Parts: sequence; C-alpha cells; structure tokens
Amino acid sequence: MQSLEALTREAITLANGGTAAEVTRQMQICNACRYCESFCAVFPAMARRLEFSTGDAHYLANLCHNCGACFQACQYASPHEFAVNVPRAMAQLRRETYASYAWPQPFGALYHRNGVVLAAATAGGLALFLVLLLAVRGTLFHEPLNGNFYAVFPHSLMAWMFGAAFGWATLALAIGAVRFWSGQSPGPITLAPATEATRNALALTYLDGGHGDGCNESDDRFTLARKHFHHLTFYGFMLCFASTCLAALYHHALGEPAPYPVTSLPVLLGTLGGVGLLIGPAGLLWLNMRRHPMHGDPAQRPMDRAFIVLLFVVSLTGLALLAMRDTRAMGLLLAVHLGTVLALFLTLPYGKFAHAVYRSAALLKWAIERRQPSRLHVGAE
Amino acid sequence: MHDVLVIGGGNAALCAALMAREAGASVLLLEASPREWRGGNSQHTRNLRCMHDAPQDVLVDMYAEEEFWQDLLKVTAGNTNEHLARLVIRASSTCRPWMRKHGVRFQPALAGTLHLSRTNAFFMGGGKALVNAYYRSAEHLGVQVRYDSPVDALEIRGSRFLAAHCGTERIQAKACVLAAGGFESNREWLREAWGQNERGEWPADNFLIRGTRFNQGVLLKHMMAQGADIIGDPTQAHCVAIDARAPLYDGGIVTRVDAVSLGVMVNSNAVRFYDEGEDFWPKRYAIWGRLVALQPGQIGYCIIDSKAIGRFMPPVFPGVKADSLAQLARTLGLDESRFMQTLSEYNAACRVGTFDHTVLDDCHTEGLAPPKSHWAQPIDRPPYYGYALRPGITFTYLGLKTDARARVYFDAAPSDNLFVAGEMMAGNVLGQGYTAGVGMSIGTAFGLIAGTEAARAATKSMADAVA
Repeated sequence: MQSLEALTREAITLANGGTAAEVTRQMQICNACRYCESFCAVFPAMARRLEFSTGDAHYLANLCHNCGACFQACQYASPHEFAVNVPRAMAQLRRETYASYAWPQPFGALYHRNGVVLAAATAGGLALFLVLLLAVRGTLFHEPLNGNFYAVFPHSLMAWMFGAAFGWATLALAIGAVRFWSGQSPGPITLAPATEATRNALALTYLDGGHGDGCNESDDRFTLARKHFHHLTFYGFMLCFASTCLAALYHHALGEPAPYPVTSLPVLLGTLGGVGLLIGPAGLLWLNMRRHPMHGDPAQRPMDRAFIVLLFVVSLTGLALLAMRDTRAMGLLLAVHLGTVLALFLTLPYGKFAHAVYRSAALLKWAIERRQPSRLHVGAE
Repeated sequence: MHDVLVIGGGNAALCAALMAREAGASVLLLEASPREWRGGNSQHTRNLRCMHDAPQDVLVDMYAEEEFWQDLLKVTAGNTNEHLARLVIRASSTCRPWMRKHGVRFQPALAGTLHLSRTNAFFMGGGKALVNAYYRSAEHLGVQVRYDSPVDALEIRGSRFLAAHCGTERIQAKACVLAAGGFESNREWLREAWGQNERGEWPADNFLIRGTRFNQGVLLKHMMAQGADIIGDPTQAHCVAIDARAPLYDGGIVTRVDAVSLGVMVNSNAVRFYDEGEDFWPKRYAIWGRLVALQPGQIGYCIIDSKAIGRFMPPVFPGVKADSLAQLARTLGLDESRFMQTLSEYNAACRVGTFDHTVLDDCHTEGLAPPKSHWAQPIDRPPYYGYALRPGITFTYLGLKTDARARVYFDAAPSDNLFVAGEMMAGNVLGQGYTAGVGMSIGTAFGLIAGTEAARAATKSMADAVA
C-alpha cells in the first residue's frame, strides 16, 4: 500500500502534468464525499461517474459557474492536506478548454495574456477609427451634423466592417462549440433537455446556490448580487443588440436611415440596454475586486476584468455618443465607440465571452445526461 | 463580565451561544482552533437524525418517536437514558425551523444514501456549511467569538462556575456552557484507555482520527479532576474501519470504504474474522472499527472482485489492484498460501442464489466459520481489489453526567450555572454504538437547552445580586 505522502506526491506530480489531472484528483475526493450535491449540477454529474476522463474533466469544469459555495463549505479545503478547491481547479481548466477549442487553433494562445490582448485590440480599434475620421474629415471636430453618423462614416463601410467582425466571431465560436460538443455528446438533443438548458442558461440557475440565497463573493455569506449584475450585463447587451438589429430593419426594410429620435424604439432599447450594460459590468467588476483570494483562478482576473471593462466602455461611449450626437464631438465619439465595439467583436471568441458558449454546451449535456438511467448502483442497500 | 461564556466552537457550542444571545444574554464564545479549523467535528458531519410524523421538505414518509427510540435502544444495547434520549428525539422534530432561521439549509438525502432519506435531514453543503451559517448568525447577533482560545482550567467554588482560564487570561462569566468535545484527538489518553492487549500491542497507537485534531479532552480531564460526575466508558467511541492511508486527523467521510459487505475481510494473518454480510452495511459499518481494533496489528483487508465495482460509494483512494488473488496477497503483504486457502474455502462455501444488494438476499455460505450470511458470491472475477483498513475514531463517549436541564453534576448535586452540551455529554444518551446523525441530534438538542439554561442562570444571578 502507498503511504499518504506517496499518494499526495503522486497527485501533485499528476496535477503539475495538467490542470485536467488536478480536476480529476479533486473529483475523486468529492465523489467520496458528495456533501455539495445540491449546490449545482457539477456534483450530481460527477456522481454519475466513478472515473474521470479528460473529456469528463472539461465537461464538469464548464458546468461549474464559479459560485464558490462548495469551496466555502469544503471540509477538505486548505489547510487540509487534500487542498480541495473545486472552483479554482475548474476555472483553471476552463481556460484550457477555451484555448484548446479556439478557432483558428493558434489563436487559442490569446487566452494566456488576455488582458493585454483586449487592451491591444481596443487601442487598435480606436486608432483605426481615429485615423479614418481624420482621413475622411481632416479634423477630429466638425460643425454639428444633427446626429447623422453616415455623414462621418458611410453606412456601407460600417455595415461591412461590423458585419464581417461579427460574422467572424460567430463563426469562430460556433466552430469551437461544435468541436467541443462532438467530443462530449451524450445523446440526441431533444426538446425537453434543450428547453431546460436554455432556461438554466438564461436564468443563471446555478448562481443561486441551490437554496436561492445566491453565491459567495468575499466570504461564506451568500448574495444574489452576481446573478443580478450578470443579468443586467447580459440582458443589457441583448437589448443593445436588439436595438442594432431593429435599426438595420428600419434602414433596409422600411427605408428609414438613422438617426432616429430619442423616443424611437431603437434608441429606447439601446438606451435601456446601455444603462444595464453600465450598471451590470460595474457591479461585476466591484464583485471581482472583492472576491475571496482563494476563490477562482487569480491568473484569469486580467481576462475577466478586461472583458468587463471593455463592455462598460462600449456602453459608456455609446451613451455619450447618443447624448452628444448634435455637437461638434459626434465624429470623435463615434470613432471611439466604433473602435471599442470592433475590439469587442473581434475578441469575443478569444476572451471571457467564450464561457457563454462552453457553459451552455455543458448545461445542455447535463440536461440530456441526467435523463438517462445511471449505470451505477452505489449505496443501493 | 459576560453573562454567558461558551467554551467550544462546534454545533452544540454555537446552538448554546445563539440561544443564550437570543434570550438577551451577552455571550462570549471561545474556540480552541484557528478560524480555518473552526467547528470541531461538526465540520465533518452531514445530517441530523429527525423524528417526524409526516413527510417534511427533505424527509420522506415518517419516523415516529417510538421507532427512533427503539433504534437508539438497539444500537446502544440499552446503554442509554430513556428520559434524556426522548428529550433529544422530541427536540429533533422541532429544531429545524430554528436552524433555518440561523441560516442552515437542508437538502434531500445524497446519492448513495437512500437508506437515510426517511430518517435524516442532510445539511446543504455538509457540516462546515452549517458551522459557517451559525458563526455568521452569531456574529450578526453580537455574540463575541474568539479563535485560538483553548481553555485549560475552570475556577469552580463548590459547584458554581466562577471563571475560565485561557492561557494567562482569567475570563469571568455569570454562567458557562461546556461544549468542547470529546478526547479522541488525544492519542496518549486513547492509548491509556485502550491499554495493552494480550499480544502486548497498544491498539490505540494504530487508530486514525476521522475528526478534528483539537479535541484533546483538556477540559474533560480537568472536570474529572475537579470532581465532576462522569459517565461512560473511555474505550467507547464512534469507530468505523477506514482506509489505512487516511490522514491522521480530519479524514472525515471520504476515508470510509463501503465495500465490506460485497467481499470478504481478512486480518493480517489472512484469516476472516466476522460475518461481512450479517446485515445491511448502513446498519453494520459502525461496528467494523472496533472489530478491526481487536485484530492483530489493528488492520483488516477488504477484498473484492470486479463484480463489486459500481456497487459501493467510490472511496477516496484507489484500491490495490491485481489480476490474480495470489498477486493481490503479495501486493498487500499477506501470506500468500494462507490467503489462497481462506479465499478458496470461502469461494467453495458460497451458496449463490439471486444476488440482490438491496435486500437481505439468499446468497450465503455453508459450513464456514465465521459465515457470510448474505451477498456471498465467490471472489473470482479479476481484476481483484484490496483495501487495508484501520480503526477510525470519530468521537468518544466519555463525558459529564447531566440531566434534562444540561446541568453539570458534582457528587450527584447539580451546578446552578455550569452546563454541558455536545460530545462532552453525548455518552448520557449514547453509551455505546452509533446510528447516523444522532450525534448532531444530541448536540443540537442539548446546545439549545444549555444556552437557554445558561441565559436564565445569568439573569437569575443578576437578580440575586440586585436583591
């Protein structure tokens, strides 16, 4: 028999050999305990297995919402020699998921210095549009144009540029999702699990701690703050997106080009979404700064925060543009806004946003899998 | 001066502190451990055995007072106090709303613990989540909490508590609750209690402690020296057979190996020593620690074949795996020929009917001593697995004699301001044996009583002073 020290050494060696091995090590401890079963879907999914392949580890890692409840409740957390910290192990492996399923593959490396990547993309986007502005108009300021964006940048230029960037992001994420799913598929996708997974994703079911009190931030207290700020962020983003789509419809189908009055639907949706996209990311950033030092992967904080800040800046510049669209600064504000939006679109598949794709896939897998009979008869007596 | 001093930082101590604070007393709680190890053995618990007359949120069916009492009577072999036991049982049926108010959340029985879905309410996230919730609530209500504060002596005049000594500090209070746990982490004391066996071994040297490293029994020993009335046998404890590779302390739930009833157990001489299929595992797991403690070297080996895989809770460490029984014996360091003889005798004695782990099935041995009464199947499908097991002590039962008001006794006379709860008095109800979740039922019931009584005693002492 091996001694405890030998086992620990072996575990550490394995863990150094890969974050998936560390998830496997911790899941073997958790599977013998199971106290956290009601917090989220990770533990019931784990309990359906006796051994954990690398694929299983990636699946469970992406099912984890980093709520922190299991870490705070863990009798095996450090200073215990088992040093279990599931949210951290899962977060570390998720970054590997994002990197390894990125398309084109070499771009996966962008996850490793993601804060820098996003900052560079933002700077690039800004520079591009400022130069364009100078090239088109010869100056950063101009006489008021009554909010007519197209007098600064032609409609076709914007449509093509952003259509292409958005199309690229969608394609890259879709390829990642398909490749992830092809290694994971537990069976056919039917209506009931698809509905359930969609609901769990849209309602952020697993950020409520299983008891509805919420998740953990700086300590063992539960709070719904993260769930609420995430809702403001996501639904704010979706309202902005809806506003853009609606504006495109007005333009192409109804032949009514922008600018639209403040009381029009596209502006109302955009304003409402923009406000959500200010409060939500600000709240998420505040929570991220206060998070318990052991909770999650500190190495990914630049990635998390850069994405949050970029969302905030996109919204802030959008709202500023709306507020000042009748002034001499419209062109400049438009350039700044478009620069940040372009940076956001181009980095969507290579940053924090990827969590939405892989987590949704994991939720769908769980919704399918949990309907299948278990092949284990553990504790049946 | 504080109204109420609570010594200890686990479930019973927290219940007492919260209850006393709710009654209006000022409360100081002293936890011996640092903050990250707070909660004593409670951090390793997972449920509370609950009486209930109808289905409740997480509890199915019913578990009436009489059935609970009969279960307790059976596992303790009568070594209990019916009055106090029934007090605990009744309290278990009413305490959960109070627990919820202080932040404890419940969940249905965990996967693999179906047998407890009727009798035990599980804490969501386990005992550490419960402990966290109680500490949060205590801090919110203004209970003063101090960590790293082991108490080594009490000042007692007659039977009245005057002050506690914590290092060089003297802490006075009008009333005091002792809830500092048993002595299971004190290896010297365990060694002395278990003594030397007929083979010249000191069995307790080979015990592992499943719980906290902070239950050194300092206060228990001190109270014995002060002449407090004591109850229980120092060798009685909740003791299960756990993986021999478990850490010395705080191995908790994961170190158990639930495969015993699916295979055979042999000792270090490669000989079987007890009926592995006597009854359902959940009804038998608590006897195997003591059974292994009586074997040479205090070690046992659970042997299964691949038919058992997927039928028991996965243990934290992988078993030793071998393609043949002979190889398994060699890897485990057992005498190969003796091992082969034991296994072939067992295999030959198996009368296999219809294997069914969910009932007391008809697979049994014939002409074998000791027999295996149920689930006896030949161990013949490779690969084979072996787990070395050692006695794992969860908590000891030696404690202070008490009554329905949780009072500490000196020479058969109760103290009017010194109370006791939790493991320090669990032996009054649980003289021997164990049934899942009953420790938390006792700790909660007596924690609530002790807190109420201590607050009342503190108020009374104030009234007396004014008069």
